[in-house]
Amino acid sequence: MPLDRDVELDELYREIILDHYRSPRNRGSLAQPTVTGEGDNPLCGDEVELGLEIRDGQIVDVRFQGTGCSISQASASMMTAAIKGLSLEEAEALFEAFKDVMYGADEVDAEALGDLEALQGVRKFPVRVKCATLAWNTLEEALEAYRKGQG
Amino acid sequence: MKPLKVRSMFDVQALRQDFPILSRQVHGKPLVYLDNAATTQKPQAVIEALVHFYQHHNANIHRAIHTLGEEATAAYEETRAKVAQFINAPRPETIVFTRNATEALNLVAYAWGRHNLGPGDEILLTEMEHHSNLVPWQRLAQEVGAVVRYIGVTDEGTLALDGLDEIIGEKTKLVGVTHVSNALGTINPVREIVAAAHRKGALVVVDGAQSVPHMPVDVQALDCDFLAFSGHKMLGPTGVGVLYGRYELLEAMEPFLTGGEMIRRVRLDGATWNDVPWKFEAGTPNIADVIAFGAALDYLSALGMENVRAHEEALTAYTLRRLRQLEDIIVYGPKDASQRGGVISFNYPDIHPHDVGTILDREGLAIRAGHHCAQPLMRRLGVTGTVRASFYIYNTPEEADALIEGVEKVRAFFGDASR
Repeated sequence: MPLDRDVELDELYREIILDHYRSPRNRGSLAQPTVTGEGDNPLCGDEVELGLEIRDGQIVDVRFQGTGCSISQASASMMTAAIKGLSLEEAEALFEAFKDVMYGADEVDAEALGDLEALQGVRKFPVRVKCATLAWNTLEEALEAYRKGQG
Repeated sequence: MKPLKVRSMFDVQALRQDFPILSRQVHGKPLVYLDNAATTQKPQAVIEALVHFYQHHNANIHRAIHTLGEEATAAYEETRAKVAQFINAPRPETIVFTRNATEALNLVAYAWGRHNLGPGDEILLTEMEHHSNLVPWQRLAQEVGAVVRYIGVTDEGTLALDGLDEIIGEKTKLVGVTHVSNALGTINPVREIVAAAHRKGALVVVDGAQSVPHMPVDVQALDCDFLAFSGHKMLGPTGVGVLYGRYELLEAMEPFLTGGEMIRRVRLDGATWNDVPWKFEAGTPNIADVIAFGAALDYLSALGMENVRAHEEALTAYTLRRLRQLEDIIVYGPKDASQRGGVISFNYPDIHPHDVGTILDREGLAIRAGHHCAQPLMRRLGVTGTVRASFYIYNTPEEADALIEGVEKVRAFFGDASR
């Protein structure tokens, strides 16, 4: 069927996002995660479970599982791909940069964001922002739990 | 497919002119409002009634000596009489105004439940209840040591009522059932359920939020003990709910909220209560919205609730037929439009309802996506949520066609992800 293109909609569902939704990266669970996290958006039922393997302050492996809309699951997949191999500080910095994208900061560090930049289109759909940030909020909680365990 | 000739008993195109919001656009497309189970749009007559009250009659009610107060009181009480007539309640005093249906159900749980239920007593609900007819009872059961049991839901989305006389036990004191499921549209056989409950001496509270706006409802024919519904789902303003209760029950009940308006006499060492129904309307009520709700009832009465029902049933049958022609759409609930209200829940197996909702919104289509405040039912269906389209008097077959086109666009947009 021919579609009259809706630019904002195309921006929301960029091909790379749909690709992560259909073929999620790092989906599954780790045999022995250093720390895990669970997050959900009770209003829409989106769920994300994260498992992280952390060694010497570095995220050496990460897996996610979950159910929900394309944005929540694609964002989780893209996040795992982006943070694997990063130090905890680098992951935190990436989260900050990602939040800037979601909440409409004037300047966005596109280079640092890489593929994550594709999620920019979500900004035009305020009710969907929480879908995109679910995995990241779950990561933050997991890292906080990890630090407490260390501390 | 040829567009359906919905043979309405009223002129839908003319009627649409009464609803200013229906002429607006959303994302450059004409608004197609199919979220009527959540709230309905308001005709000009209701909007004007609201404005007219504030411009000409605004005053507090019941105790004023002055003219405005008398006018406001008369208009407020006139709506109560209209509500009673609308659901064939035996007298206006059986009608209590609340904020919404949820508050009406909570009123029963607090003012009746707390004083009439005890340890071991059973509350029988159904698996398809809206959270508003679930959570108040769960909470009450915890407080008084009562037990909540559930009537199950079949794969077809109807209540599993085989052996109803055994399901309702000797300890069952209250049965809570929705008249029409807000998530599936299923019309439940409330009259039979009430009869079975009464044989066991149990009372029945009916959630009429999705029935009273859409079909003739007669509380005396149903013989229910309580019925709750919301004005904003039937052309009225938000902030007005209704509780119908059998007079003897209301009279025997303790108050819900206390304070002004609901008292007869207050001394430093105690107080006595006002008569029914004012005993349950503590504080200044939502005067203006109740009065405007009266205009909504006038509007619906002029159309005739049989005609409203016939219009929605024809539209539902048409939409169901068209949806089923789409290759991989799953439609929930009874197959036959005569057994359901104007609510249609569906899903693509591989596309989340929120993604469907976002794309439909871009087409100007307002539908609802999610769990519809019926999470236990969603779990029973094995889904996290559904896409829900719900009709009202102003919806047309052309709008049903727009829904189908929108749904086809969703498939085209997402491609064939499942294969």
